[in-house]
Amino acid sequence: MDILFVLIPLSVVLAFAILGALAWAVWRGQFDGVEAEGERILRED
Amino acid sequence: MNEPTVNAASYNDTVVRQFSLMAVVWGVVGMLVGVFIAAQLAWPELNFGIPWLSYGRLRPLHTNAVIFAFGGCALIGTSYYVVQRTSQVALFMPKLASFTFWGWQAVIVAAAISLPLGYTSGKEYAELEWPIDILITAVWVSYAIVFFGTIGIRKVKHIYVANWFYGAFILAVALLHLVNSAAIPAGFMKSYSAYAGVQDAMVQWWYGHNAVGFFLTAGFLGMMYYFIPKQAERPVYSYRLSIVHFWALIFTYMWAGPHHLHYTALPDWTQSVGMVFSLILLAPSWGGMINGIMTLSGAWHKLRDDPVLRFLIVSLSFYGMSTFEGPMMSIKTVNALSHYTDWTVGHVHSGALGWVGLISMGSLYYLIPRLFGQKRMYSVKAIELHFWTATIGIVLYIAAMWIAGVMQGLMWRAVNADGTLTYTFVEGVKATYPFYMIRVLGGLLYLTGMLVMAWNTWMTVANGRAVRASIPAVVAHA
Repeated sequence: MDILFVLIPLSVVLAFAILGALAWAVWRGQFDGVEAEGERILRED
Repeated sequence: MNEPTVNAASYNDTVVRQFSLMAVVWGVVGMLVGVFIAAQLAWPELNFGIPWLSYGRLRPLHTNAVIFAFGGCALIGTSYYVVQRTSQVALFMPKLASFTFWGWQAVIVAAAISLPLGYTSGKEYAELEWPIDILITAVWVSYAIVFFGTIGIRKVKHIYVANWFYGAFILAVALLHLVNSAAIPAGFMKSYSAYAGVQDAMVQWWYGHNAVGFFLTAGFLGMMYYFIPKQAERPVYSYRLSIVHFWALIFTYMWAGPHHLHYTALPDWTQSVGMVFSLILLAPSWGGMINGIMTLSGAWHKLRDDPVLRFLIVSLSFYGMSTFEGPMMSIKTVNALSHYTDWTVGHVHSGALGWVGLISMGSLYYLIPRLFGQKRMYSVKAIELHFWTATIGIVLYIAAMWIAGVMQGLMWRAVNADGTLTYTFVEGVKATYPFYMIRVLGGLLYLTGMLVMAWNTWMTVANGRAVRASIPAVVAHA
């Protein structure tokens, strides 16, 4: 099952990449006052 | 409040129109092939002794046509629409966007020719040979550039949740395609997988399961989070929950693949890891389903007179059903009964016809009239008719496959007191015959609904004209 030595590290790297994306989103204020964002799409056109 | 300015730039909807109309066309084609091969299973003579029409060649044509042609066109088209509207900016690199349309159609045509001719790499849902795989890569990278480029030049600070789902779908499919389709070419249209034996099986189902997770789930959830609020004219029930839904789903999905390989040469612990993560997946899946359905809370009456909304909401109930059924089937003891039976086929179609199909149809019914300057589809009655034929078709299909699957599983495992098998295999096949006929009927109803949609689309387009939608001036926001 050598392939697990590829797939598991790959998945772990991916999990860290996802964690990085989450950190970016939180840090850049993507999730501040989010409930208003749900309303916005109803107004746009 | 936000009136378009006089010389406002307009959205690039040409490519959205192209993808939306082709989604309808490929839907008809893919479902027609599906009904034909369902009929072949009931009446094998229907292959007429012609190799190009044999079940083994047409089955991958059916799956590729409905998943990548119908589903793919619906996903790419709606994602271009949604990312422009929620970012309030026209598509990044419009010429490249146009290439994604023509390139994707070329992939579909190449598949439609090469699969019946017998060219296949033999990997389920990744059958296309290496020259086509390279074209897919070129189209997909272009798609990613257009989509993420548009996010990059957005005029709205917040990235709407639907875009996160579409974005995850694009990135994950790119990675899955590159890893799983790695192969050594051995001439034009012939190659050998870079992996062998059980290694290949593991890569294949890491791909296969994540294709379900990211192509058939995350992408369509992007659709759900935009088109349900728009059609219901209400914001999503809990925006906070939609964020939790997204991150929980993408963290969990990629570990569940081994449940496709229970009781095989795959190590036991790997199978168990796959099973545990599959069970965990129930939580984010149902969180998302409840969030979508509860968007209608306080406005349930809209379901009564809006067939488009009914498509969207019923699709979520099928999503809930199949994401409950999936984790149950991943439990090893249940899988011992269900695996290799038609129960699996029923499960897939409750997700494919019920969730993926209905959410796409509902979204297209929202989109097509707007893209052609109309308030609604040509005939609302026809949408109603489509809804009922599709729903009854799905119920017949999946109920027949549930019964057939459980029956097959029980017959295969039945042993006499002396330890010999109670039934021969062919007795199981014979017992399945009536259920194969019911499945043909269900599929026929579903296809009929799709034909009604094609007619309705034709009439809507014929009575409308392609409109340029101007981008509203950006409203000041926090």
